[in-house]
Amino acid sequence: MNGSLPIAGRDVVAISAAAAPAARERKRHSGLVRVTHWVTTLAFFALLLSGGEIVLSHPRFYWGETGNVNMRPWLNLHLPSSRDTVPTGYGYVLPDANGWSRYLHFEAAWVAVGTGLLYVLWGFFSGHFRRNLTPVNLSLKEIGGSVVAHLRFKRPGDEEAWSYNVLQRVAYLVVIFVLFPLMIWTGLAMSFGFDAAFPLAVRLLGGHQTARSIHFLVTILLVAFLVIHVVMIFVAGFRSRMRAMISGTVVSGRTDSDVRATPHPRQSSTGVNV
Amino acid sequence: MSEISRRKLITTGLAVAAGASGVAVAAKLAQRHGLIPPDAGVFYGPGETVTYAAQRILNRHAMAREFSRAQISTNPFANEVDQLGDEFKRSQAAGFVDWKVTVDGMAARPGSFSLGEIRSFPASSQITMIGCEEGWTYIAEWTGVPLSYILERVGARPEVRYVVYRSIQPDWWESIDMADALHPQTVLAHRMNGDELPVPFGGPVRMRVPRQLGYKNIKYITRLTLTEDLKHFGKGTGGSASDGGYAWYAGI
Repeated sequence: MNGSLPIAGRDVVAISAAAAPAARERKRHSGLVRVTHWVTTLAFFALLLSGGEIVLSHPRFYWGETGNVNMRPWLNLHLPSSRDTVPTGYGYVLPDANGWSRYLHFEAAWVAVGTGLLYVLWGFFSGHFRRNLTPVNLSLKEIGGSVVAHLRFKRPGDEEAWSYNVLQRVAYLVVIFVLFPLMIWTGLAMSFGFDAAFPLAVRLLGGHQTARSIHFLVTILLVAFLVIHVVMIFVAGFRSRMRAMISGTVVSGRTDSDVRATPHPRQSSTGVNV
Repeated sequence: MSEISRRKLITTGLAVAAGASGVAVAAKLAQRHGLIPPDAGVFYGPGETVTYAAQRILNRHAMAREFSRAQISTNPFANEVDQLGDEFKRSQAAGFVDWKVTVDGMAARPGSFSLGEIRSFPASSQITMIGCEEGWTYIAEWTGVPLSYILERVGARPEVRYVVYRSIQPDWWESIDMADALHPQTVLAHRMNGDELPVPFGGPVRMRVPRQLGYKNIKYITRLTLTEDLKHFGKGTGGSASDGGYAWYAGI
């Protein structure tokens, strides 16, 4: 990779070495991170909306291979349904939206998978994962301190405008390497055409209905991640974090221009802990 | 700065041009190898085309999962159907002796087969799962005549690309490509779990395509049409489900 690649860590080093007090705007997120972040965001909302619609046609979940209204579900969401064959207790049936929901679900899934593959391949080859997401000082003390700071909704210090803290790193790694792959796997395992070619995909999970249940449970985890992610952006400073993920830059010495304007005291030592 | 942005502009331009010609070549290849579904032109056609093409590349000859006798569902669910018409009820009252499956279109020897003939044809059995696009499933043993046997018997022409199949119920029809039509597990099922196929489950004859969702497995089959083009059937997307906004290919 050539030196002009806008990666957070490298640019910070360069600017710190120059130690130019006038350098106020610095690079934070590379173009690839920003584009894949927002494309994934769009795809995720499309998947969530269409997935929710599909669940409404049968808002019950089972374990094993088979499950239908003649069988006992382990989870009944007690929601109204878009099918009158599901006894919901509600006196009405929602309109059928599965046609476009299923079309949109799989189209958005392709977008998410393609974007994810590009991001993961780039992340390995560019050193993004090693530099920006591998937890440094992974100790109980470090994690404990970070958990306490988060629970107190403590506004993070300036160094976190340049680099991720340990909980962020762990959370992002879990989302990227556990939850998203699990979503894709359980989603494909529900496909009869895919299972014909790769029967182990569904057998290893324990059955078609188990795959559907896990797909739903991981959705809840991803939505929980999204909620915490957005809350933390507000805690850390909405404008600076959005600016970093949209334009790719952070204004030096300020985590949020509308709140504080104190210059960063330890720029060179903490700014490079990426 | 201008040097960099010019270089960027050139590389981006080249990348876009390469991408566009790549897509054009891919589309040509896909068309030649039958990887474009009949509903490719609808709003969500691009995603659908990628799904269909990817599955056809991966699973053309793959077999749907089969299960053990112990896994057969004791409480299968027969999805509801529209009110059965008089024509069906008359045939049902007569024990379906007059039930016929007509085969027409691109065949050397088109004709009709009575239910008795269909039951006498060499049958194959499978214990497979049927799943609704809504998410529910059950497992049953299905017995019937492979569609490939019928196609051979009527002398299907080599140009045939799709088999259109219709129910006695009005406006209930679907179609499958030859990968599924000639697939050994695609059968005109007339028995389920060792008994005659019950009416709620599609008796006397139901299309069974175990690599696709329930809505491609339509009930009360009376007619098969062999064609190379789906344009002149309904709205041209290849089935009543896809004409109604559902994906034509239901392998996922």
